[in-house]
Amino acid sequence: MNQWKNFSKGFFKENAIFSLLLGMCPTLGVTSSAENGLGMGLATTFVLVMANLVVSVVKDFIPDKVRIPAFILIIATFVTIVEMIMQAYVPALFESLGLFIPLIVVNCLVLGRAEAFASKNNVFSSIIDGAGMGLGFAMALTMLGSIREILGSGKIFGITLYPEDYGMLVFVLAPGAFIALGYLIALINRLKKA
Amino acid sequence: MSYFIIIISAIFVNNVVLAQFLGICPFLGVSKKISTGIGMTGAVTFVMVIATIFTYFIQKLVLVPFGITYLQTISFILVIASLVQLVEIVLKKVSPPLYQALGVFLPLITTNCAILGVAIMTVSKNYNLVEAVVFSAATAIGFGVALVSFAGIREQLDLVDLPKGMQGAPIALVIAGILALAFMGFAGLV
Repeated sequence: MNQWKNFSKGFFKENAIFSLLLGMCPTLGVTSSAENGLGMGLATTFVLVMANLVVSVVKDFIPDKVRIPAFILIIATFVTIVEMIMQAYVPALFESLGLFIPLIVVNCLVLGRAEAFASKNNVFSSIIDGAGMGLGFAMALTMLGSIREILGSGKIFGITLYPEDYGMLVFVLAPGAFIALGYLIALINRLKKA
Repeated sequence: MSYFIIIISAIFVNNVVLAQFLGICPFLGVSKKISTGIGMTGAVTFVMVIATIFTYFIQKLVLVPFGITYLQTISFILVIASLVQLVEIVLKKVSPPLYQALGVFLPLITTNCAILGVAIMTVSKNYNLVEAVVFSAATAIGFGVALVSFAGIREQLDLVDLPKGMQGAPIALVIAGILALAFMGFAGLV
């Protein structure tokens, strides 16, 4: 298989958020700023790559009937590792992402890739697939986070673009997440058709 | 009085879907019709309360005494996944009508992050057992309120002529946003 195609499909054609609508909870929950979106995206990428790696290595030893619980266990292990690393090295980000870090376990994107790709393909293409899907997810989260941060508080990655008083506060709050993502997907649908 | 505050807060003010973004997948996935929305709410309520009770005891009797709280995520998700299977088997045997009504929704619930989210929140908020049960039931009802009202709007939406790019997911998300805006009106109630 063409590895470049395998890697790049996660960014546009099969992007987890824009085309597959997987992993919506963290997408909406943590993207109140670009930095949070990027942090969450990279944490998910790490879990995705490692889980894909392990799943594709052990796929021949796992009986078919218990494969889903086994995959969940593998994913949960890496989520715990990410949780501990983030708590130790980036405590501020850990605080602001909060509940959504343990919830990477139930991100359908991670389990979906383990089931649909890593359990059928070799180790190398599984890693590439995990990296592509993960970075595509991170890109989408960062985009949504940037849009919400620019519209909501006039900043991007904490750098002020215009005074905060002119920002539309609603975009930082919960409703803004739904509305911003809705219009972003609509825009991408439109661009795809053109 | 404190139970009342927990209930109002979980249903309206901190609505699990519209304010905390948990359980978005079923919220978008099974909200095409009111009847399926009600079925899903029943299944979620059932599993959420049972899962919260189980994980409460695991946290108090196993994880804390043995000093292995870092295994929280792994143990909780395993308990929830096996619990869903168990509930399915028991329901099939004990109450076939209830199984008929909820059966198709049960497998979907394992990946519903609201279940794991509520289990973890119960621990981090230091609730006792009764508070935990009240909190999880109220959260599930809040999920139901959001899901059923959203499904009601979406049923009407089928009749609307939309621009091509907005059809499907985008318009559903924008509607959810407006619903979330309405629920923000409850802020400051407790």
